Amino acid sequence: MNRYQDLFNRLRKTGRAAFVPFAILGYPSPASSLDWIRPLIERADALELGFPFSDPIADGPAIQKAAHMALRAGATRATHFAILARIRAEYPDLPIGLLVYANLVYRTGLDAFYETAHQAGVDSVLVADVPVSEIQPFSNAACAHGIDPILIAPPNASDRTLAQIARTSQGYTYVLSRSGITGTETVAGRPSNELLARLRDLGAPPALVGFGISNPEDVRRVLRAGAAGVIVGSSLIEKAKTPQGLRPYLLELWQATRL
Amino acid sequence: MSATHPDPDPPRAGRFGRWGGRYVPEILVPALDQLETAFEHARCDPDFQAELSHLLTHFAGRPTPITRCANFLRGSGLEVYLKREDLLHGGAHKTNQVLAQMLLARRMGKRRVIAETGAGQHGVAVALAGARFQIPVRIYMGQRDCERQAPNVFRMKLFGAEVIPVDSGSATLKDAMNEALRDWAASYEQTHYLVGTVAGPHPFPTLVREFQQVIGEEARAQMLEECGHPPDAVIACVGGGSNAIGIFSAFLADSETRLVGVEPAGQGLASGRHGATLARGTPGILHGAETMILTDEEGQIQESHSISAGLDYPGVGPEHVDLCERGRVEYVSATDAEALDAFTRLSREEGIIPALESAHALAYCIRLARERPPASRMLVNLSGRGDKDLSHVQKYLDGSTP
Ligand SMILES: Cc1ncc(COP(=O)(O)O)c(C=O)c1O
Repeated sequence: MNRYQDLFNRLRKTGRAAFVPFAILGYPSPASSLDWIRPLIERADALELGFPFSDPIADGPAIQKAAHMALRAGATRATHFAILARIRAEYPDLPIGLLVYANLVYRTGLDAFYETAHQAGVDSVLVADVPVSEIQPFSNAACAHGIDPILIAPPNASDRTLAQIARTSQGYTYVLSRSGITGTETVAGRPSNELLARLRDLGAPPALVGFGISNPEDVRRVLRAGAAGVIVGSSLIEKAKTPQGLRPYLLELWQATRL
Repeated sequence: MSATHPDPDPPRAGRFGRWGGRYVPEILVPALDQLETAFEHARCDPDFQAELSHLLTHFAGRPTPITRCANFLRGSGLEVYLKREDLLHGGAHKTNQVLAQMLLARRMGKRRVIAETGAGQHGVAVALAGARFQIPVRIYMGQRDCERQAPNVFRMKLFGAEVIPVDSGSATLKDAMNEALRDWAASYEQTHYLVGTVAGPHPFPTLVREFQQVIGEEARAQMLEECGHPPDAVIACVGGGSNAIGIFSAFLADSETRLVGVEPAGQGLASGRHGATLARGTPGILHGAETMILTDEEGQIQESHSISAGLDYPGVGPEHVDLCERGRVEYVSATDAEALDAFTRLSREEGIIPALESAHALAYCIRLARERPPASRMLVNLSGRGDKDLSHVQKYLDGSTP
């Protein structure tokens, strides 16, 4: 069973794209992390969960702060995997992806990390600071434990790099909406129809687009370009702080994924 | 060729043994490729070399002299020579490779330069080069470092650079580097990220070493001229490791010459408050390279500690890990207190105020001198001058900083 394949098949039949919220594991604290994640799951077609890291160079202020808050509140590998196991038990069909930084995997040991992830019911792992040129030890360990390695396809990749990404990424391809880091400080761009078409021609798995998506219009724009879904992270943290709260915003985003 | 023995792993681009590599978000790979190509071309381009050499001579003041100490450790059996990078324009060795990278930036058509800085010496070098080349410069500097190296913040601003204090994490060099990488992920098309040491993703460790080798090449020739043979030992402080690689590289083939890198032991290795990554670190991945780092069991990066902002970094250039493993370079450490002692002693005994970073290398000589060594000739890389440290040191000596 591959939960991503099942998901994309299901969505194709219902005429929708995937809505994939992102959250930091252990935010705002390990004990209350599930309370934060559950409302996201109500609308989620798949879930992307980040391990908090002390030095997240691919992340903007919102996710940096969330990660540091989680770490200060005592989040550890053990609490992350405990939360993951509970989500998996409650939602057996929900595709779950991890977003981590290289040192977190390296320090655990590649085999041990992917093995534990597999035990916890994780479907995919994206290592934010490992480009395709360095991915082999990571993707080998992932595949050995039945985990899909996810690669990022940026707007500026050469043909050669893009071909390698298309070959290596399994489950889905993480396509950047624009250059830069996560966060709403820079508005979401739109991956060129050309980039998405090139990925399709190369046989890459379906494209989920992320970075900076912060309103339903961003979602529609990205989907019009041919993406299979969107990943939304920073703006959820920000919207949760507004008086209306998160729920109406989640609904709006979800509605925007109707094709 | 025999087919019976499997070949050892072929050398991989950007690796020193197993160390180094390029662990960055995919978005930065084309910019690193572009830099690598520009560097490879420039390396064998006589016009580039001529322009760099002209700048080093007429703008930066190369060659720098070596100075035989008249009083420092006299009578101990140690004869100490200083390679005077403190006399280089900008006040530290940093200017050497900054000028080279500025030329590369211009060749690549970049319109803006960003950099991280710890002590502020790299920031000052980038800022002064930005003024000379009329390229806008932005420097990221930890908030804590802005405070303890305040004179350098003012110098950078005088040169017209924008200085961005970084208050995340430990608010020191590591965090400044994070912020510079984040900037670059969005700005790489027009912007060159001018890394200040032999750390970071390939090609920076190779590129920065290449343009710091001038220190060792000059120093070796100067020692030969003055003494007839290479020194018995060459000593340099190690933050990221650029001044150390710069001076060591010319002596690697002199098998009789000991090479010694001095890491910051902060309040002592046992205290856990130090920046001695080779002595006390573990293998990990930080800022683009597989190297030795300070990290906990979970893989979170730990904060380093040093009286010297330029050595206050929880990682080290990957080539040093390889040199350490191969045993060609010995790595030792000196505490804050030892560095302070060396700082005041060189000032009083030689009329030269060393940077707190360089004082770590001198501190090792002082410790060695106590062990009644056989007569030997030491060459210390005086990587920078201590003007930037005056108020910080004054506070320590007054006892107002623990
Ligand atoms: C004078 C001086 N020496 C040494 C260093 C440490 O850097 P590296 O180890 O790259 O030489 C610095 C860094 O700021 C410095 O300013």
